[in-house]
Amino acid sequence: MLSHIQREIAGAAPMQAARTVIQNVSRRGFLKGGAAFALAVQFLPGEAEAFVSYKHGGLEMPNGVVNNPLVFVSIARDGTVTIVAHRSEMGTGSRTSIPMVVADEMEADWSRVKIVQAEGDEKKYGNQDTDGSRSLRHHIQPAREIGAAMRHMLEQAAAQQWQADIADVQAVGHQVIHKSLGARLSYGELAEAAMALPVPPRAELRFKDEKEFRYIGKGQVQIVDLHDITTGKAVYGADVNLPGMLTAVVARPPVVGGKVKSFDAAAARAVPGVLHVVEIPGNGIGSKFKPLGGVAVVARNTWAALQGRDALAVTWDDGLHGKASTAEQEKALRASAGAPGDPVRDQGDAEAALASAARVFTREYYQPHMAHAAMEPPVALASVKDGKCELWACVQSPYGTRVDVADFLGMKEEDVTVHVTLLGGGFGRKSKCDFVMEAAYLSREVGAPVRVQWTREDDIRHCFYHTTSVEKIDIGLDANDKPVAWRHRSAATSILSTFAPDEGKQLSIEIGMGLEDMPYEIANVRAEQCKGFAHTRVGWYRSVSNIPRAFAIQSITAELAHELGRDEKDFLLEMIGTPRKLDWQAAGLPQQFWNNGEPYEEFPIDTGRLRNVVELAAAKAGWGKSLPPGEGLGIAVHRSFVSYIAMVVHAKVGSDGSVTVPEVHAAIDCGFVANPERVRSQMQGACVFGMTAALYSRITLENGAVVESNFHDYDMARASAFPEVVHTHIVEHPFAVHATGVGEPGVPPFLPALTNAIFNASGKRIRNLPVGDQLRA
Amino acid sequence: MVSFTVNGVGHSFDGDPNTPLLWYLRDELGLNGTKYGCGTGLCGACTIHLDGQAVRGCLATVAEAEGAAVTTIEGLSPDGNHPVQVAWRELNVPQCGFCQAGQIMQAASLLAATPNPSDAQIMDEMQGNICRCGCYQRIVGAVRRASTGV
Repeated sequence: MLSHIQREIAGAAPMQAARTVIQNVSRRGFLKGGAAFALAVQFLPGEAEAFVSYKHGGLEMPNGVVNNPLVFVSIARDGTVTIVAHRSEMGTGSRTSIPMVVADEMEADWSRVKIVQAEGDEKKYGNQDTDGSRSLRHHIQPAREIGAAMRHMLEQAAAQQWQADIADVQAVGHQVIHKSLGARLSYGELAEAAMALPVPPRAELRFKDEKEFRYIGKGQVQIVDLHDITTGKAVYGADVNLPGMLTAVVARPPVVGGKVKSFDAAAARAVPGVLHVVEIPGNGIGSKFKPLGGVAVVARNTWAALQGRDALAVTWDDGLHGKASTAEQEKALRASAGAPGDPVRDQGDAEAALASAARVFTREYYQPHMAHAAMEPPVALASVKDGKCELWACVQSPYGTRVDVADFLGMKEEDVTVHVTLLGGGFGRKSKCDFVMEAAYLSREVGAPVRVQWTREDDIRHCFYHTTSVEKIDIGLDANDKPVAWRHRSAATSILSTFAPDEGKQLSIEIGMGLEDMPYEIANVRAEQCKGFAHTRVGWYRSVSNIPRAFAIQSITAELAHELGRDEKDFLLEMIGTPRKLDWQAAGLPQQFWNNGEPYEEFPIDTGRLRNVVELAAAKAGWGKSLPPGEGLGIAVHRSFVSYIAMVVHAKVGSDGSVTVPEVHAAIDCGFVANPERVRSQMQGACVFGMTAALYSRITLENGAVVESNFHDYDMARASAFPEVVHTHIVEHPFAVHATGVGEPGVPPFLPALTNAIFNASGKRIRNLPVGDQLRA
Repeated sequence: MVSFTVNGVGHSFDGDPNTPLLWYLRDELGLNGTKYGCGTGLCGACTIHLDGQAVRGCLATVAEAEGAAVTTIEGLSPDGNHPVQVAWRELNVPQCGFCQAGQIMQAASLLAATPNPSDAQIMDEMQGNICRCGCYQRIVGAVRRASTGV
């Protein structure tokens, strides 16, 4: 996400990723095309098909991908294989799944594998920015290359020891055997010799056939932190202690861009345990992740710091946004979406087609700001000493954090170290390292290690919020009620406002999340972005703009089906149209349209796959079955993060307006699946996350400040009402069908599937999120 | 001076008796398994046992622990194999894992009082523990599994 934004702001050409020599060598030989590759491996008949490399967006990410086994794998004499996890773990399981791919390809016994977490160092590990549902999508290929290279080196070391040909030896289950002699050497015995060998070029590697996988695709490997999590030993952001460490909590300006006018620290200092009261310089909207500023109370322990902050008397100057309100912003967005904006896609002539349509069906959908509310609020520990800064933090982008903290403190990047703990949820919030900069600043100011602990109130009130938007769609119908024109106007606050002066314009990535890449087969399509201005910090939140787009597109589809007396599933399939790979030029898309950062030729918009998940979810859910009064099914589909997901939600609406969801059928096509068990857990989680967003989530600005503060007024789906049984139906593919995103794409289809189900259960149509008390009486 | 046991070991504290047990356990004893989630008893991440009963560590104070036995996730079972912990692992419940200690402590307290709860009882008893990752389907399943062994 971040890299795309920075690229767009800089207007720079896609950055050539820095890669290791090995990788350059192997890919150079390889990207010439299939023929060159086939030639290179023709001495291994039949195995060329085992793993044909393909281009993907990871190569264009800052610092690219690294596939050097010596960076990621080490083998000890006792046979312990240590694999580096370089992506942050926030619940998707990537800290397990990527090393699992390495281990499988290198024939390591998983029970003898140890995982260590990488520090923030992209020059060494390649891109570590854990967001955008990219971990497996971008790192499954290098993981296989790392594993195969390491296995090759082990085999070579054994062959040398036996003075045998490498073709006569084979690595199997943590040892290398001599095929004819039956001699064996364990990985521990071969460790030193193997790791001293040159890394073989990719063309010399033999990859496993998919039938040979032990762990990949099986769903039997449990997450590496499972035991520690269940016994309280897992280490999160607040769980690192240093000698002499102090704890700080910060009073931040209630309005973004506000400043401390004056403060009285006497009462705070009088709290036993409070040692320092320190002002942090403030930054407003448009200053990337720099801290909001405010007044920090630094104490011997958390309780003293909290009491000290309560005792602070701060007078604020609210600044530019002190009069902002959600009510006014909603009006402004509705007005903006009600008038022409800047076209982002033009196919045919939608204006003319709407003007000559027999009738025009128009609907408008609204979604307020939302906060991520990860269970672990932001927290970081910093120790600035002797010109060095050492950090321990729950961050999604450890290298980005390192660069930002170095810049903030005026230090060199090499003097800053970022240790990544487990993340108690991230959802995009922990991509923004303002809380780490606060800790680093305070440690330097007070001359001791400092942990900055955000309270839940801090988290809800000082977030980088999910966009707020109005999505207005006009569908022109001909005399036979056939849709002939589609015009989508989107007015939304943009993430861009966090990085640059706010011009009310959206980023290409936001436009690419369902606005311009709408897949329906309609002759005339126009998409426009209309201005939307931010009054608080806007940031990416799980699934980002796909949420309001899927909500709008999938809601109006169901609404129009109802209007025309059509079956919602049949009508949805009719709108998607024939199975085809969308021709982006004919569809009127710009050449540089986002496509989730993936090369279009490898990751096209495939309506056949979209149709398939709709049909699969519908069939599994028994679409069309009759339900008692007060119950209904709803269906929705959305392609995001290059994955295709359809959901059928079964909802019950009580006479008191309460909503329960006994069952969801989710069909997901995310290409090749490395860890189906974690795909299922992500789908279950996405439904709960979507339920929270649909039913409860609303951040309200009044006088520029956020009204909500904790779970009493910003509640979450709970065990009392959650999607009770989520059936995940995974479309199975071989490795050749590229692995795509999993962490985020489950959320967008859930919301409209739920609100469509609510309509069918209650007759009440939700066009403004959240549902809140709209179903009461 | 307030005296009590934590995971079977005697402790006394002469600091602010109004200190929530959550912060006492974390900051004074370094028992970091108990998590801060909201500070207002709304999320359950800090759930511990006071004489076997689940309480919110962010609300219960050190003073309220006078003479009591405090149990944290670290002391729930000497080998980490309390039936709830085992069921949690068998069903691969956690995603990020942050709320899980609180969930497990709540479930263990529920099953101690009600060995065979109905699904409705499980959902009712567990509704005070938020899981933002959304592991509820497996949480309910693991509580049921721990109660019945299947």
